Amino acid sequence: MTVINATSVQEVVNALRDYPDARLIQGGTDMMVEVNLNRARVNDVISLRRVAELRRWHLEPDRALLRIGAGVPFAEMERAPLSLYAPALAQAARTVGSPQIRAAGSLGGNLGTCSPAGDGLPVLSALDAVVHLRSATTERDVSIHDFMVGVKKNLKRPDEVIVAATVPVLQGFSGYAKVGSRNAMVISAASACLVHDAIGGTIRLAFGAVAPTVVRARRAEAWLGEQSNLQGSLTVSPALAREFGQRAAEECSPIDDHRSTALYRRHAVAVLAERLLLRANEYLDSDSRGSHE
Amino acid sequence: MSNEFYRLTVNGKEHDVRDAWTGESLMYVLRERLGLPGTKGACEQGECGSCTVLMDGEAICSCLVMAATAIDAQIVTVEGLTSDPTHTAPTDVQQAFIDAGGVQCGFCTPGFVVAVHHLLDRNPQPTELEIKEAVSGNICRCTGYGRIFAAIELARDQRNTQPKQPGH
Repeated sequence: MTVINATSVQEVVNALRDYPDARLIQGGTDMMVEVNLNRARVNDVISLRRVAELRRWHLEPDRALLRIGAGVPFAEMERAPLSLYAPALAQAARTVGSPQIRAAGSLGGNLGTCSPAGDGLPVLSALDAVVHLRSATTERDVSIHDFMVGVKKNLKRPDEVIVAATVPVLQGFSGYAKVGSRNAMVISAASACLVHDAIGGTIRLAFGAVAPTVVRARRAEAWLGEQSNLQGSLTVSPALAREFGQRAAEECSPIDDHRSTALYRRHAVAVLAERLLLRANEYLDSDSRGSHE
Repeated sequence: MSNEFYRLTVNGKEHDVRDAWTGESLMYVLRERLGLPGTKGACEQGECGSCTVLMDGEAICSCLVMAATAIDAQIVTVEGLTSDPTHTAPTDVQQAFIDAGGVQCGFCTPGFVVAVHHLLDRNPQPTELEIKEAVSGNICRCTGYGRIFAAIELARDQRNTQPKQPGH
């Protein structure tokens, strides 16, 4: 077994070419559990911990896009300034594990492991994120919706490393909510991210832990657009928000497992979707009131 | 870049780790190879916090760090928190845990002590909520946490010369 402590993306992709079976380790919060509990026989490992370029984020020049390095820890997403540009991501980051886990975990880890319960993934889905991949000879951008293909399965080739994800910086509410068996240190039984693009006039809703991958509730999104004007401030009635939640819940395919039951999960996502939509309603209400004062 | 042996910097001292399987966790290496058993191992999956150490100033679970990837990092364990060279005098946080009775079986205590040092060094006047958040990754199965929170508040108040805010 060889451990390669790379210090640049170039070193990483070269090592992936030279050690085709190597596994990548960033924060270790998924992989070391497998190693410690003898669930995985790990051969060669390439550590990304010292790759500074994976730990950076920046706004693109027009300030409309935010590019987040795959190794930026959740702890950094929780706080300003990053939390100001990606508020739903900040909320999701705050629900990840514990402070110790958030100091280590990253979007690269969420994407690489590709568990449907990964807290960052519903946010990336709701924001239509683009995932940036590199190998020694190729570079490509993949839509988050194509990237996730199944439970812990993604489109990344063995010779590629996830370098970053890009999300739009939107005007309007964005929020994340999750349900688990306790408040801290919990893996989602069900989660949801709702994003309101007040300029484009869309509501986008993604669910976690209720299907083999994170899923979008596209039929419910379109239905809501037919029922209500989604440009500018929202004027969604409580009854409409409730029906939105119920319609959205029909678009997931939850299972019974050690964390929860299908029945409870379907109920929970309906409540989460309704609640997030009502928060979006409140958000723009108070926002526009503030601007008139 | 690959390693037959590797070197870790723990509590300001360099240690060579030899003849180790490279998949070993930092928690295991600290305890079993470097003679630093203050760091405890329990769940080995990042849930209990008893293996908390500081790595480059961040409180992390040492069971989730592959030790061979921690080269170049500054690692501080519970043994390294004291400025006393004989390592016999407790730190202010440890003394507060003793004074407030925040210890029963003691297994979780080193992890709590590291997490609390990390908290107070960054935020000298944490609120009750900030304290609870800071130790939300540390599990104690004996105390019910009441005396642990009392110990943390005691350590906080003793570090601050300012009188407590009324109603706080």
